[in-house]
Amino acid sequence: MASSFARILSSKRKVGIWSLVGAGSLTVGFFLNREQHVNAGAHVRRIYPASAEYPDLRKHNNCMASHLTPAVYAKLCDKTTPNGYTLDLAIQTGVDNPGHPFIKTVGMVAGDEESYEVFADIFNSVIRERHNGYDPCNMKHPTDLDSSKIRGGQFDEKYVLSSRVRTGRSIRGLSLPPACTRAERREVERVVIDALAGLKGDLAGKYYSLTLMNEQEQQQLIDDHFLFDKPVSPLLTCAGMARDWPDARGIWHNNEKTFLVWVNEEDHTRVISMEKGGNMKRVFERFCRGLQEVERLIQEKGWEFMWNERLGYILTCPSNLGTGLRAGVHVTLPRLSKDPRFPKILDNLRLQKRGTGGVDTAAVGNTFDISNLDRLGQSEVQLVQTVIDGVNYLIECEKKLERGQDVKIPAPISQFK
Amino acid sequence: MSIQRHLNALNDTLAKRSQIRQEYPDLSQHNNHMAKVLTLEMYANLRDKQTPSGFTVDDVIQTGVDNPGHPFIMTVGCVAGDEETYEVFKDLLDPIIEDRHGGYKPTDKHKTDLNPDNLQGGDDLDPNYVLSSRVRTGRSIRGFCLPPHCSRGERRAIEGLSVEALGALDGDLKGKYYALKDMTEEEQQQLIDDHFLFDKPVSPLLLASGMARDWPDGRGIWHNDNKTFLVWVNEEDHLRVISMQKGGNMKEVFTRFCTGLTKIEELFKEKGHEFMWNEHLGYVLTCPSNLGTGLRGGVHVKLPNLSKHEKFGEILKRLRLQKRGTGGVDTAAVGGIFDISNADRLGFSEVELVQMVVDGVKLLVEMEKRLEAGQSINDLMPEQK
Repeated sequence: MASSFARILSSKRKVGIWSLVGAGSLTVGFFLNREQHVNAGAHVRRIYPASAEYPDLRKHNNCMASHLTPAVYAKLCDKTTPNGYTLDLAIQTGVDNPGHPFIKTVGMVAGDEESYEVFADIFNSVIRERHNGYDPCNMKHPTDLDSSKIRGGQFDEKYVLSSRVRTGRSIRGLSLPPACTRAERREVERVVIDALAGLKGDLAGKYYSLTLMNEQEQQQLIDDHFLFDKPVSPLLTCAGMARDWPDARGIWHNNEKTFLVWVNEEDHTRVISMEKGGNMKRVFERFCRGLQEVERLIQEKGWEFMWNERLGYILTCPSNLGTGLRAGVHVTLPRLSKDPRFPKILDNLRLQKRGTGGVDTAAVGNTFDISNLDRLGQSEVQLVQTVIDGVNYLIECEKKLERGQDVKIPAPISQFK
Repeated sequence: MSIQRHLNALNDTLAKRSQIRQEYPDLSQHNNHMAKVLTLEMYANLRDKQTPSGFTVDDVIQTGVDNPGHPFIMTVGCVAGDEETYEVFKDLLDPIIEDRHGGYKPTDKHKTDLNPDNLQGGDDLDPNYVLSSRVRTGRSIRGFCLPPHCSRGERRAIEGLSVEALGALDGDLKGKYYALKDMTEEEQQQLIDDHFLFDKPVSPLLLASGMARDWPDGRGIWHNDNKTFLVWVNEEDHLRVISMQKGGNMKEVFTRFCTGLTKIEELFKEKGHEFMWNEHLGYVLTCPSNLGTGLRGGVHVKLPNLSKHEKFGEILKRLRLQKRGTGGVDTAAVGGIFDISNADRLGFSEVELVQMVVDGVKLLVEMEKRLEAGQSINDLMPEQK
């Protein structure tokens, strides 16, 4: 932890406030002041035994509820991360949102990087279930942002209307959206927009703060489908990530409107590369280049992304660990989508369908959002290749059905390569 | 060496100052009591404090930060997490209380009077106009954290104690508890039909303060067999106590209210618990707007003519009454029927407030009758109470 404070120190050198101060104790105090009632790493003050505090999960259907036994709760309920994040805070969203018999949500979030360690007993079980058996205890996650390895990736534009790749990144040393204070959130904003201002060429762009944008800017962002709004989903609001809205939230995009960064929405940053048409290869190339450039720019100032070899990139929701990557297309499949084998075909290709409004929306006409199912245990290159190969297969199926030929369900592709 | 120490101290102060400024909320778009009062200075002084249970100033103000408010309706923007909040954060809460409660000063004393014999009249409001009468208040159990802050264990303990106390009521107060998470479909439908069932809060004012956590765990409704005395457990406060009946006999409603409350308080005391109360703030509740009596006494009354009169608002103001729609706060009136209740909570006793409602509603009905008959009401205009 001390090393991350030292980085924060060095970033402030320019401002001059820190230049005469020795490292260590002051900066530790600087951050400990934030959480008065819980000393860093100390135990939570508890009046009632764990059994009296254990949530009633009998009507619940989410990953947290499936794995949080009274024994696990009792073991973890008195622990805190160095920033003071507790198990009760992590599971609040899952307690408040029992879930749906058909849709199994995750039911817990991380408040900081250390949450995944301190509460590993519950997080690891949730991760194993959500990520189809990926075991953080004995597996390593591969990171690969070398877009030159992609084969193909130019889709038939008669079918593919647009291509998009998104991920998230967290700034190491600062708490995540469920737990961050206003100062931390503003610091995330400052660090990120400082880095984005250094992007050049086709990546040069502009930041629009949610608190400061004028009416024209707002309308333009809505017309471009870039504007994000205060979350309304109780899954998010119960986790506390909408606090202080819209303070320190904003949208950055390049002048060409093909590279977009959301600041302080569900994660510190969400990074999106997109364009109309079927050139997924170019979208991914820009994605990798942009991400690597941003990483270089924050490193110049002494910051880095949260990452480790067990879990890959660390994000707020366990479902986004690993690559945090969702690569997808909007594709019209009028015949295939009506074929009863469509869901099975998607499943075997490790793809999922969504409506064209994103998660939890319905498809409009015959156009679907098709993207990778997996996030953790395979690299970015592998996942994007999976989407490319899979979407090509779907288009081939559609063409076959157009010609009156039959289609085949492909063999299931293996998960952890 | 000492110069270095001075410079370190200076940097220490500058760093702290800079940090405070970074933490201080942006209240430039806000219109609520908290935003009016919370300067950077005040925030800086309060940031280092916490109540014994760990409630901080950020916890107090979160709802006010998340809900900028409305230019016309001034919300409070603060909640208490425990009894000590009102002491530890008095620098913030005292001016809010003063502004919200008509100039009530930090040195003022609040009078509690739950003796229904002190109420004059109130048994004869015209039932052709007054459709129903109701008195509600809240109570908090000393030693427990309030809904924004309590843990599941505490909330369940509050439920347990309350159910035990209510279970000992007898006579016309004898009744039954319905836990929200255990009720059957039939029970739920009956409670809906009786207009007793409360639901998970949807107002962002309440949600942002954290009082809906773990819903519906530890929440429930108790009512007597006669359906005239009702207690909500762990909704916006530990207990909300309601006495109500059809018609205009406010005296009877208030008598049952006082008797019931006094009995419940005795039952709690037998088990070694008491209500949060002090002689400055009266009964202590989650929202500063409900301090003092926490009492809202009111009627559903037909005022189709008077409500259209240009002086309606002024009349209510002078009578220290407020109007709401028949769905309660933030709803619209339906068919000329209004919910009319006392505007004050703190600085007047329970008897005084219900007296204002009784006297005020009597006058409003008289005015309505005059307007019905096409007569003037100018000679009936009241003085400012």
